[in-house]
Amino acid sequence: MSPELKQIFKPSPILTPIQRSFCPGCTHGVIHRLVAECLEELQLAEKTVLVIPVGCATLAVDYFELDTIQSAHGRAPAVATGVKRSNPDLFVVTYQGDGDLASIGTAEIVHAANRGEKITTIFVNNGIYGMTGGQMAPTTLIGWKTETSPYGREASREGNPIRISEMLSQLNGPAYIARTAVNSPKAVLGTKRAIKKAFTAQMKGLGFSLVEILSTCPTNWGFSPVQSLKRIDEETIPYYPLGEFKAVEGL
Amino acid sequence: MGEKILMKGAEVLGESAIKAGCRLFFGYPITPQNEAPSYMAKRLPEVGGVFVQAESEVAAINMLYGAAASGHRVMTSSSSPGISLMQEGISYIAGAQLPVVLVNVMRGGPGLGNIGPAQGDYFQSVKPGGNGDYHLITLAPMNLQEQIDLIYDAFELADEYRNPAMVLTDGLLGQIMEAVEFHREKDLSSLPAKPWATTGINHRKKNLISSFDLDYDRLEAINHQIQDKYRIVKEKEVRYESYFADDAEVILVAYGTTGRICKAVVDILRSEKYSVGLLRPISLWPFPEKILQQLAQKSTTKGFLVVELSAGQMVEDVKISVNGVKPIHFHGRMGGNVPSPKEIIDIIKTIQWEGK
Repeated sequence: MSPELKQIFKPSPILTPIQRSFCPGCTHGVIHRLVAECLEELQLAEKTVLVIPVGCATLAVDYFELDTIQSAHGRAPAVATGVKRSNPDLFVVTYQGDGDLASIGTAEIVHAANRGEKITTIFVNNGIYGMTGGQMAPTTLIGWKTETSPYGREASREGNPIRISEMLSQLNGPAYIARTAVNSPKAVLGTKRAIKKAFTAQMKGLGFSLVEILSTCPTNWGFSPVQSLKRIDEETIPYYPLGEFKAVEGL
Repeated sequence: MGEKILMKGAEVLGESAIKAGCRLFFGYPITPQNEAPSYMAKRLPEVGGVFVQAESEVAAINMLYGAAASGHRVMTSSSSPGISLMQEGISYIAGAQLPVVLVNVMRGGPGLGNIGPAQGDYFQSVKPGGNGDYHLITLAPMNLQEQIDLIYDAFELADEYRNPAMVLTDGLLGQIMEAVEFHREKDLSSLPAKPWATTGINHRKKNLISSFDLDYDRLEAINHQIQDKYRIVKEKEVRYESYFADDAEVILVAYGTTGRICKAVVDILRSEKYSVGLLRPISLWPFPEKILQQLAQKSTTKGFLVVELSAGQMVEDVKISVNGVKPIHFHGRMGGNVPSPKEIIDIIKTIQWEGK
């Protein structure tokens, strides 16, 4: 490298250098990169245990150079509780999609949050089941057509989309809850700030922390990657407003 | 240690685990085992341990999964419907090859059933209850002293084979009080090393705890490795008590509470000069097949009577073992009922043992 050139971007040493299996335009890759950057910058990787769920996010068992546990559908917060309670010095992160966290795993996320477990949840919400082929999720927006809401979701039939961040922020256990997006460079930077804050909450032992990240699923939405990012601004954010819903003192 | 104390069965479960080096308990209330989590909630903080009341049995078993993945001795106890809820997690634990100890204080079923003693979860434990090809090392005590010993052994076996171990007991053994002695206590510094545990990567190669592999050949290879392990368990870890069975004309087969009752039956009938013996399986998986085969081959053996608190579950494994060589009869009670020695004696005397 010549002396006048400075390296300003490089692969994260926390991300395993193998090809990803995610669909084109999927934002999991961006979010992985942000999680890895935050762990690296806060020097947490050596003592981190990552708890991986069921769904597209399961593929991440091979993508992080971190001690990793693959857990049953929806149960990552309970597994993380077992890890953290048995070894409080570890830094424990769950990475879950919306089918996993907001449907089958509602009991586990609510009670881990309510107990104030000192773990961090990265909640990737794209409003649909990806791995199983595009079924309706509890987070699917009204009117969205999916494999199991082929005429469009109707509130009178399927209920309204569930707002997890707002719901959990009513509890006393969480120290930090925020909703962000990754559909623009600015949003990506905002997400990184939120993840860092959530990690800091755990480092300081303040309680449970969660970042809900609005994500896309071009394949199952039937949108191009670019259209998908636009849809986040036009449809998703109006129903799922961005922002911090809880940030305790001392954070 | 070294002195007899009077304790309740469910509390014995807790203290046995602590003596075996368990410092973590995750559980959810269900009768008739509630004294076990209550005991642990009070006792674990005294020894620097952690008790968490989970939001459900589903969460409890997954907390075990996380704690075991991190390298710790961990236990839960529950009763039949609660164990049903744990089956998914048990399958994951077996698939990821983690050592945990599970206790099932069996109660009447199916469904909500009742809180009386039962043995209707034999299938769920030994066949077993979750998805995929796996086994639980399943141990069945007949009294509280044996319960102490088997809990301790369950932790040792779970660690040795990296496999979940189940202590299968029942509502009677959970609720009675007996004089017991804790004669073993694990030195915490002698707990086995677990280099595979997720304890933070800390400058070594990544550890992954998982039951997941998309590649068919790799997943099949993992299954073969697990089955190889099971062959060793079947070879080395079979346990049973043979009580006057060697020369008996009539051999009772029963485990746990019914094993204990049948032992009394043998004593009574032997005093009346009846040639009766008992083969009491202590390990339900691995099942004591070979000894049953040997007993069936004996010319003195006229037949078997299997007694269970079920409609007939273990009797299927007895049939597989005996393989038609001698007749097998069955007597079962359900709904929380327990047969008296007299009830069993009357049945033994009614059967035409010379018939075949």
